[in-house]
This record gives sequence, structure tokens and C-alpha cells, in this order.
Amino acid sequence: MTLLKPTLMAALLSATALGLAATGASAKDLRIGLQSDADVLDPDQSRTFVGRIVYTSLCDKLVDITPDLEIIPQLATAWQLSEDGTTITMQLREGVVFHDGTPFNAEAVAANIERSKTLDESRRKSELASVSSTEVTGEYEIKLHLAGPDATLMAQLADRAGMMISPTAAAAAGADFGLNPVCSGPYSFSERVAQDKIVLKRFPDYWNADAISFDSVTFLPIPDTTVRLANLQSGDIDMLERLAATDLAQAKGDANITVAEAVSLGYQGITFNVGNGAKGDNPWGNDKRLRQAFSYAVDREALNQVVFEGAAAAGNQPFPPNSPWYDAAFPVPQRDVAKAKELLAEAGYPDGLELEVQVPNTTVPLQLMQVVQAMAAEAGITVKIVSKEFATLLADQSAGDYTASQIGWSGRVDPDGNIHGFVTTDAGLNDAKFSNAEVDAALNAARIAPTTEERKASYDAASAILNDELPLVYLYHETWIWALNSKIKGFTAYPDGMIRLEGVTWSE
Amino acid sequence: MLLFLSRRVLIALPTILLISVFVFALQKLLPGDPLLVLAGEERDPAVLELLREKYRLNDPLVVQYFTWVTNALTGDLGISLRTNQPVTELMLQKLPVTLQLAAMSMIFALVIGVPAGILSAYKKGTVTDYIANIVALSGLSIPNFWLGIMLILLVSVKWQLLPASGYVPLSEDFGQSIRTMLMPSFVLGTALAATMMRHTRSAMLGVLSADYVRTARAKGLTERRVVLKHAFRNALTPIVTLTALLFGELVAGAVLTEQIFTIPGFGKMVVDAVFNRDYAVVQGIVLVTAVGFIFMNLVADALYFILNPRLRGQ
Repeated sequence: MTLLKPTLMAALLSATALGLAATGASAKDLRIGLQSDADVLDPDQSRTFVGRIVYTSLCDKLVDITPDLEIIPQLATAWQLSEDGTTITMQLREGVVFHDGTPFNAEAVAANIERSKTLDESRRKSELASVSSTEVTGEYEIKLHLAGPDATLMAQLADRAGMMISPTAAAAAGADFGLNPVCSGPYSFSERVAQDKIVLKRFPDYWNADAISFDSVTFLPIPDTTVRLANLQSGDIDMLERLAATDLAQAKGDANITVAEAVSLGYQGITFNVGNGAKGDNPWGNDKRLRQAFSYAVDREALNQVVFEGAAAAGNQPFPPNSPWYDAAFPVPQRDVAKAKELLAEAGYPDGLELEVQVPNTTVPLQLMQVVQAMAAEAGITVKIVSKEFATLLADQSAGDYTASQIGWSGRVDPDGNIHGFVTTDAGLNDAKFSNAEVDAALNAARIAPTTEERKASYDAASAILNDELPLVYLYHETWIWALNSKIKGFTAYPDGMIRLEGVTWSE
Repeated sequence: MLLFLSRRVLIALPTILLISVFVFALQKLLPGDPLLVLAGEERDPAVLELLREKYRLNDPLVVQYFTWVTNALTGDLGISLRTNQPVTELMLQKLPVTLQLAAMSMIFALVIGVPAGILSAYKKGTVTDYIANIVALSGLSIPNFWLGIMLILLVSVKWQLLPASGYVPLSEDFGQSIRTMLMPSFVLGTALAATMMRHTRSAMLGVLSADYVRTARAKGLTERRVVLKHAFRNALTPIVTLTALLFGELVAGAVLTEQIFTIPGFGKMVVDAVFNRDYAVVQGIVLVTAVGFIFMNLVADALYFILNPRLRGQ
């Protein structure tokens, strides 16, 4: 039984594995069970989490992250930010080719950024909004000119916005690129049968070929968690992502299975409608004391124990407590029923009040809300659970047809991605329609602040207000749990939930 | 027979048209915005609007319907919002899967259900009859998802005899393909076998008490000949109808079974498509399976002709 955590230990393990991998490749097909099927395989158009897992093997990015979220080189080997923060000069890796033989160079990077910014169907436009133009200054050097300083850009380039696709293939296929993606990652696209499998095969000309040890990788969407685990136990798959917390004990008890865990970058919580349409005008939306009372009524650690058998991480901010961006001045609050009752009385509801919460009609969110319901009841809050199919829930939330909504976020490497879009005035994901000039100012400042310390100070300033106003009551942070055949060595758990196969080997 | 069948085809056409309207309307009545689901965590209003235009979701419903129907008549069922693949291509990928599952399940259903029905009717009121009934009833009552997971845990995880889930095309590896499909088709087949057994039993009971059976016995024919040749052939008509109907249902997709065994067939595709509000996919599948269902009924009608000489005179 090995428990990997994104710590120094894991980094050491992967370093050892890198050494092992160089000893030779195995002619094995690595079969990975995914929770769902990926969407279109075009990094510019893609939207799903599982899609990103596939890209990790298919498409290299300009930069990558470490398990501690530091930005490290991938296709860009070095980069410098100009004094005024408006130009990034990047040196690019030499000798890299795309799967179709097209060479990777500064022209290719320029074409990729152009496509991400201009393709009609591109979902990357907002992520690259700060890039005003590119300038090829050498075969392997490019300058990105920015409209203004953007502290979040490098993190964007560590994800889909920084994935490099073959400009030749992209020009030929246009918006249909996703049917036959051509990138420069360790594995190239071989075949896809919707809802059945995505097959990638080893790319012999990969720049870091020595770190790659499988002949092919097959991604199999297996939605049922029990069946996913059964497939691993029977040897039909070699590893799986998102093991259910309730199956953790069973997996750990199996000598043939190794488990790896990492607290995710995302969060789950309750979004209150504080100003979205007519329904925003309700006691819960109008009076922060009620939202505070609700927050005090919930025992987050007990929630974690009951619903997730302790595998998740209790939380109260958009960043998990182990994140460098977490504001230690506001630790996860202890449950305080007396305080909750006091706040309710202060707000004019000494006899309690009903709160209608919409919840996705799937097992975990429903269990979660039932536990919350029981906890809130003790403080005099009658939680009415309205379970909705996800598409309906999302539409109602976006349209403001709700009082409170149980929803989460998968998380982003840069803190901006977890908070800016949700609480700044008129931002795209701000379904609460929360608006506070000071929060806007702090979060906008964090986007352009040149140093980490200054950014952290801005997030803390916003955090102080948000912890008081509570348009979103954060409850917990999911933990990514991977289960692997014990013969797999060198796997490192990353908080972004991706599966990086560099240095991963199979030993009989 | 030709006249009879062409009449049936003529009746089928308005039915298909009605189904197309129904499917289209029903979907549009569902709450939820397909593009909001599609956008997931990236809701750029400008991109959403552009996609709405591209997929013509801003057109009036009537226009959307007619565009879809006219395209469908030329074999173009649109493209999936989610994967950008053409719906016809998706369905061609799934059709062999679904047909194989349906055929193998049907074999299980027939091999178990029909003999059990005959035996149970012949031995009516005896212990054999009761046992057959109990078995049939449990086949019907055990939920597919439970039986499926139990089989996976026992056969795949514990004994490691068969693959736990997934699908291998027949053309790729015949043996492995059959092995992978065994458990799911058994799960589906046993549930159907129960229905099959009950129908066979009642049809046989009706026939066994008929005059000509008594006559056949009086002539001194062997019991085997009386039951299997004289009685069973006449009891076949309702069984054929049932087989056709059940097969039609199977082609429409066995949602739960496909989900558990991760079989990429119609059922799984349509359920995912409904949740994602992938309109073109849902419409395409329902339309094609409806046509398939009607076709199976036609086949059943044709079989009556072969089985029942009295119809040929019409």
C-alpha cells in the first residue's frame, strides 16, 4: 500500500522513476479508466476535465506545472518578463516536431496563439485576452506583447491555451481539427470511438522520448465508479481516475492496487442569489447575517467525514487550506449553532427560516445536502432540497431562478481562475450577481500585480470582504483519487487532476 | 402477401412522421440550455451566441424542425454538439454494438424462455411448473444493474473468467467480442426469458387443450410429436410477435445494462445525449430506432404468413 501525496516524497519518487524509464520501453498498452467521455479533441474548443486528461498525453504545452503549482518549462525553455510587465520573451525548445512532421518553432507558436484568439469556436479567447500581438524574433524565440500586465497568463499557458497544435493540420482541418488532432505530445492520436475509447500511440520522434515507456495509451470512459474499480481489480484496466471516496477503503485493502491522492484545485459550496433577477430579492440574498448563520450551522469537518469518509478537505475559501493562496486569517470555521441562532434572531428570524437549495440530482450532492439539511435544522434553518437534473440546474442558476444553488468549480492553477469570474461585478460566472467595488478593485489589482506577495495581499483583501458577505459559502475541496495497478511505478499525483505519463513505468 | 405488407408500410409512414414531430417537440420542452451545458465552465457569451447561430438554435422551432427533417431525408442527421461528429457516423459506430447485444440477449431469452414455457405448460400444476414460474419471476424481479454488478464482481473480479466491461468489435477479435458480451447479454436475456416463458406457457396452454391436439393424441402420436410439432407450431404466433417486439426494444438500447457494462451502444448514447441536450443525437437515435421497431413489426407480420396458412388466403 503506497500513498503518494504531492509532496517532496512524490517528487523524489518521480525523479527515481525517470531514471528507471530510461532503461527501456515496455511494449504495453496502458489502459486508463475515465469517469466520462471527453468532448471534442481540439484544445481551442475543448471544455471538459477528461478532455484535458487526454491532452496531457497528446498535446505538449508551452509550460507545465509542478505538483506545487510552480510554472516549469515544457516547449518553452525559458521566458523573461519586461520591466513594465507588458512583454514576455520566450525561448523555445529546439528539435521538436509535431505528429505530422511539421517543425515546432516561433512561427508555430504565433499561429497557435492567433488561432486561439480568432477561431470562431475558440474557448480560449478570454484566457488569452491580454495578449495583443506576437512577434517572431528568431527561429526559436517569440515575444508576446500584452495590452497590460497579466499575472495569470503563464498559468493559462500551462493549460489548454498553451497547448501547441500543428499549424499545418489546423489550417487544413479548420474547426474540424478535433476529429483528428495533431499535436507534439508524447503520444499521437490513433483512434476514437465515441463513448468507448480514445487510443493514442507512442510518438517515436518525441523530444523527451526516453521518459515515455508505453507503446500506446487507451482511455476508456467507464462512468460507474464500482464498475471502474472492478475493471481495475480484474486487470481489464491498469489505472483509473476519480475513485469514489467510499471505495477508498476497499482499494487500499487490495494488495494489487496502489492509491494516489491530491487535494484538488477546485471547490464545492453553496452559491446564494444575492442580486440575480427578481429572485435575488429574498431574505437570504438581502441579509448577509442569514448567510453567516447558515455557514455557522454547518460542521464542515463532519460533512467531510460523513459523505467522503474523510477523504476530502473541509474548506471555506475558493482555495483549499493547503494552497499558498489560502488566507490563514480565516481558518475553516468551527460549527457554532448558538451563534447561528443569534444571527438569525438579529436578522429578525428568531423562529428560524426556510432556505430552498437546488442540488444536482446525483448521489454525492444529494447526500451532501441531506447532511447539511440535518445540521442546519438544529440551528432553525429549514433547508428545502430541490433536486434538478444538471442541465436544468445550470440554466436556472444562470437565469437567476434560484435562491441558493449547490455547485462547485473544478479549479485552476492560477488563483484568479477560482475567484475573479464568480464575484466581480458582471463577470461571466457570477450567477450570484454579487457586486462589491472593493472586491472588484482587489481582484483586478491581483491580476496585474507583479509579485506573488502583492497578489496574495490583494486576494487576502478580497477574502476579508467575501468571508463577511458570503455570496458563496464554500464547504469542501474534492480530493482526486487515482487507483493504479501496483505494477505501475513512478506516478505522481498533481492537484490539477491530470495524468502525466512521463516517467511512469510498468514493472512485471 | 405483397399487398398486405405494402399496406403495412403505408401505415408506418405517418407513424414515423408523427414520431419525428413528437421527439423534436419533447426535447424542446425540456428545461435547460444545450449551449450552457456544452460550455461547461467556460461561458463566454460571445462564443455561446456564435454557436447558437451556427447550430441554428435561434431559428423558429418550425424552421428548425423542417431543416432537420429535410436533412434527415437526405441521410444527414446533423452533427453532435458535444463531439462535432456527424450523427450518422456515430450511429453507424453504435449499430453493430447494439445489434450484437440484442441478438445475443435474444438467444439467451429464447433458449431459456421457450423450453421453460413449454415444459411449464405441459406439466401444469406440478412442481416443475412452480419451479419454472419462480425462476421466471425472479428473472423479472432482479434488477439488471444489481445482477450486472454481482456478475462483474463474481465472474470478473473473483474468478477472472470474463472481461468486466467494455466492448470489442466482432471483426477485431471474434472470440473476445463474444466473451465480452456474454455477461451483459445474459443479464438482459434472463429478464426477457421470464416474459418469454410466461407467454409461451399461456400460448401452449391454450393450444394443448384444443380439439386437434386431443385428436393427434387419439391417433396415437408420441407425446413429443404432439407437443412439439402439433401444439408448439400453433402456439408460435404470439411468441414471434413478442420476439419481434422485444428485439425492437433491445435495439432501442438497454440503457442500464449498457451503462453498467460500459457498452457503447444506442442506449448509452441516447442517455448521455439527453443529459447533454445534444438534440441532433437524441433525435437521430429515436428516429432510427423507431424505424427499426416498425421494421421488426413488419418482419413479424411476414413471419405470420409463413407460420399461419390461413392468412395467405387473404
